[in-house]
Amino acid sequence: MSTLDSKVPAGELAEKWVQYKSTMPLVAPNNKRNIEVIIVGTGLAGASAAATLGELGYKVKAFCFHDSPRRAHSIAAQGGINAAKNYQNDGDSVFRLFYDTIKGGDYRSREANVHRLAEVSADIIDQCVAQGVPFAREYGGTLTNRSFGGVQVSRTFYARGQTGQQLLIGAYSALSRQVSLGNVEMYSRHEMLDLVVVGGKARGIIARNLLTGELTRFGAHCVVLGTGGYGNVFYLSTNAMGSNTSAAWVAHKRGAYFANPCYCQIHPTCIPVSGDYQSKLTLMSESLRNDGRVWVPKHMDDVKALRAGTKKPIDLKEEDRDYYLERIYPAFGNLVPRDVASRAAKYRCDDGYGVGTTGLAVFLDFAAAIERYGKSAAISQGMPNADKVTITKLGKEVVEAKYGNLFEMYEKITGEDPYKTPMRIFPAVHYTMGGIWVDYNLETTIPGLFATGEANFSDHGANRLGASALMQGLADGYFVLPYTIGDFLSKEIRTPMITTDSPEFAEAEQNVQGRINELLAVNGTRAVESYHRELGVDIMWEYCGMSRNAEGLRLARTKIQALRKDFWKNVYVPHTDKEGIEFNPELEKALRVADFFELAELMVVDALDREESCGGHFREEHATAEGEAKRNDEDFTYVAAWEFKGVDADPQLHKEELVFENVELKTRSYK
Amino acid sequence: MAHGEIKLNLHIWRQKGVNDKNAGIKTYKNVNVDTHMSFLEMLDVLNTKLIEEKHPDGPVSFEHDCREGICGSCSLVINGRPHGPMQGTTACQLHMRHFKDGQDVYIEPYKATAFPVISDLVTDRAALDRIINAGGYVSVNTGNAPDGNAVLVPQDISDEAMNAAACIGCGACVAACPNASAMLFTSAKVSHLALLPQGQAEATKRVKKMVATMDREGFGNCSNIGACEAECPKEISISNIARMNREYFSAVVGKD
Amino acid sequence: MKWITNFLLSSIGKKLIMSLTGLFLCLFLIVHMIGNLQLFAGLPAFGGDEGEAFNTYAYMMTHNPLIKIISYGNYFFILLHAVQGILITMQNRKAKGGKYQGSETAKTEAKVASRNMAYLGILILAFIGLHMWQFWAHMHFFEMDQVKYASMGEPIKDLYSLVAEAFKAEWVVIFYLISLIGLSMHLMHGFWSAFQSMGLNNQKYSTIIRGAAMGFAILVPLGFASMPIVFYALSK
Repeated sequence: MSTLDSKVPAGELAEKWVQYKSTMPLVAPNNKRNIEVIIVGTGLAGASAAATLGELGYKVKAFCFHDSPRRAHSIAAQGGINAAKNYQNDGDSVFRLFYDTIKGGDYRSREANVHRLAEVSADIIDQCVAQGVPFAREYGGTLTNRSFGGVQVSRTFYARGQTGQQLLIGAYSALSRQVSLGNVEMYSRHEMLDLVVVGGKARGIIARNLLTGELTRFGAHCVVLGTGGYGNVFYLSTNAMGSNTSAAWVAHKRGAYFANPCYCQIHPTCIPVSGDYQSKLTLMSESLRNDGRVWVPKHMDDVKALRAGTKKPIDLKEEDRDYYLERIYPAFGNLVPRDVASRAAKYRCDDGYGVGTTGLAVFLDFAAAIERYGKSAAISQGMPNADKVTITKLGKEVVEAKYGNLFEMYEKITGEDPYKTPMRIFPAVHYTMGGIWVDYNLETTIPGLFATGEANFSDHGANRLGASALMQGLADGYFVLPYTIGDFLSKEIRTPMITTDSPEFAEAEQNVQGRINELLAVNGTRAVESYHRELGVDIMWEYCGMSRNAEGLRLARTKIQALRKDFWKNVYVPHTDKEGIEFNPELEKALRVADFFELAELMVVDALDREESCGGHFREEHATAEGEAKRNDEDFTYVAAWEFKGVDADPQLHKEELVFENVELKTRSYK
Repeated sequence: MAHGEIKLNLHIWRQKGVNDKNAGIKTYKNVNVDTHMSFLEMLDVLNTKLIEEKHPDGPVSFEHDCREGICGSCSLVINGRPHGPMQGTTACQLHMRHFKDGQDVYIEPYKATAFPVISDLVTDRAALDRIINAGGYVSVNTGNAPDGNAVLVPQDISDEAMNAAACIGCGACVAACPNASAMLFTSAKVSHLALLPQGQAEATKRVKKMVATMDREGFGNCSNIGACEAECPKEISISNIARMNREYFSAVVGKD
Repeated sequence: MKWITNFLLSSIGKKLIMSLTGLFLCLFLIVHMIGNLQLFAGLPAFGGDEGEAFNTYAYMMTHNPLIKIISYGNYFFILLHAVQGILITMQNRKAKGGKYQGSETAKTEAKVASRNMAYLGILILAFIGLHMWQFWAHMHFFEMDQVKYASMGEPIKDLYSLVAEAFKAEWVVIFYLISLIGLSMHLMHGFWSAFQSMGLNNQKYSTIIRGAAMGFAILVPLGFASMPIVFYALSK
């Protein structure tokens, strides 16, 4: 075990970034023209980095597996983006955003990075506005804000329920501009399948052209991964179908340490699974918990009657309902943080009180809100003695104005009208805080390999606050990496263009081709999809999901290994070309699932190693008597960064000790 | 809600590669479908069956990603309508309860020469990216931006820009248009940026370049049929097309 | 000057030509209809001037130099509108590359008309051909019966009688009515569409323009249709 150097600059917390920026080595414009940068992934973090590096004069090659950069999953973020602008004059500041993020992350993130994130947050908003992002505004034309979970100020900027989409379109358009200027070469429908390390430095990638199936070598002075998170290891998640870990995973296999893989965020309000065919889960915005009340039936016979369909949720009397969040957490009620709300729902369902055909759902009820809003609307319209029908009608209008879009989406998917019957919701995997370990420069343990956005182990510690993912992705891409990459590249100005005929490139290409050939040659009987489902739903969600214990994790590891071996023996990947030189989406999927198996094992190892509960990682052995998370600051205030030692070998742990000089470690309580 | 089972006859366009001479509709009869499935999940289940049976046709290729109606990947023409029968709904959010037992369902790729078919239901929509590359941006380098509140934008203008910016780039407008015109897509971007003060500086240049690229890519001419608006999953209005026409005239006639 | 050709050859420029020529032709339709309504003055029920008003009007239309210039412009615009329309349609077909086998289509305004403007246009063109052969060609090139009115010095061609005679034939009346229904549909979409193409449509004006289009598309063809219908009915 070694200790990792995070390269955090010395000095006062608030001065570090400013000082570092003004003293770091630079690359002169005439040299930038001769330096190539590969950027893999063109979501918020990748596209913003590609655009900015292109503007600076570097020669950029950008890669995405979609047909267009505009399809990256950043697009699906609904709620908003945080920034310490203090436009609302409600006491927000860089320090407060820093503090909220550290605390929200359950004290498992790096102070200096988080502070830098808070510092640049305001610039992001300015940049996006200038690009034409249509953020919500007041009548007077100024930007407006809303509030999100875990904070006491309004600092979230938003564009209806499509903030991620609008920010991505902003980054995509900046990228498009650089493409049109010839500064960025865009390779869409290309998937990175290996990293090429030459002389200890990341110098290129092997990418598969998804249209033709051909493998191509691409060389550059350095490589940036902005390839997102790995939530799809659970098969069912709110991630897009194509979201995968492959680029990050091959980097890990080539020497980049993987940090905190066990930190996964589980979002409490998603539309529950309805059947075996289910392919993904859809998020319902956190904002719904402002007005929705979460409950399950109090009595088991009501649960049975509901499942049998002999009773409807609205038939249950008030006293027969268990509003468990309000009961257990009277101080925060339905607005407890994500991890707490998710676990509480799981406990109810574990005890058999879950609703819906699968028993894996709880109710989110708006009846009380409709009545409350209806009454106040009736009074304000001069009808203090309005009847129930009028009150309901008026209340529905208010709720519709606030959440109309979400209610519509719910009805589209489930076919049920949430104005009339409570929504059914269940937690689902949403975001992964873990990722490739990076230092203050966002450089991984392989020199010349950088990671941005959700792909790195990030600034969110063990739990991310709402509206912070967009902030981090854009901070990394627009304002951090373009500076810090200079630290590496300034030493590379004498390095000529990287040629791709070196033995390292040949070895990497052969490695990928070998893997493809091997997969296609299995010619078994079982579809990739069913392996992915079994890995994700039956193993990972079951044993490494919302709550974990040592026994289950150990079992999970053997199950993963067995399933992985079975996969390589029995999977069937349809193909007509035995080397995969063709358009073949099944092969793409198979390659991704093969990597998920290996990652899954690492997650389990990490979860087993972290003998505490913190944020998105909950170990049943480390809970208070009431079932709340119990951190162990004494032994675990560190980042666990794992080194790959072989598919069948144990990974090696390296630690980065976390030092907190500016905040005091406290226990979170929501009672 | 109770699950229902229905049987559908799926008539699916099968094509291997751009120049497949044998491309055409193939029929899969009596496919069992749970009414709770989404349209794409129905195809997933069909595909798993085709794979595990080692069916000579192989699985049906179709594009999809987020499956929540925002990424714009899915691009199916269902019974002649892009994204199927429900208004303001992408194919991924279309659920099978809207279909009847025994119904014939035609599933075809987008039809437009500017969108060549790659495989089965997958088309190449890169032409839309090239339209954006031609000028669908504000030329502002990172770090050059003034304070977000330095330029006030009236709420209704901002809302109108947002209506246009909601475009997910799925190309359903082109697929729906009997002329395969890309005017709704292009005009949504032109409108989004022309409405906002931030996009004003290069508005004339932008519209000229984007329209020229659109024409060059081989899209048809708009004849104001309005099918684009009717099929757009984000319900973007053709008043954007009128706005783009205006912008274009003033750009061409206005000073050089 | 390259910008002008670039503009006129751009998809939006081509639309502008269609809409400007189309609107000019709409204007022509109004003038033509008002002029032709003078046919009714020849009927006993409306005074029975034996076609004087109509024939002197027709004489003026074929002899006034200003009107001649305008009429040449009109022919040119008809041809331009038709040729451009056909070229655009061919280009559009190529851009589309085929039809869907699935048979549903979305509900849109002027659904049938807007999707069949080319066919309606060809019908109207065929009608114009017949119509000009029947009357215009006779007025310009052929020998015709003449009639003398006190108001005119020389005897002039009796177009009135030619029209009245033509509208006695059943097939002529039916073809005219079919063509006018076609015209109505063409206008139903075309009139509104011209405003949209010129960029004059927005959510505020949309209803007004659509209303005006509807009114125009019904009233003008109805005015035209009244002539063959009435003349045919009275001939029986």
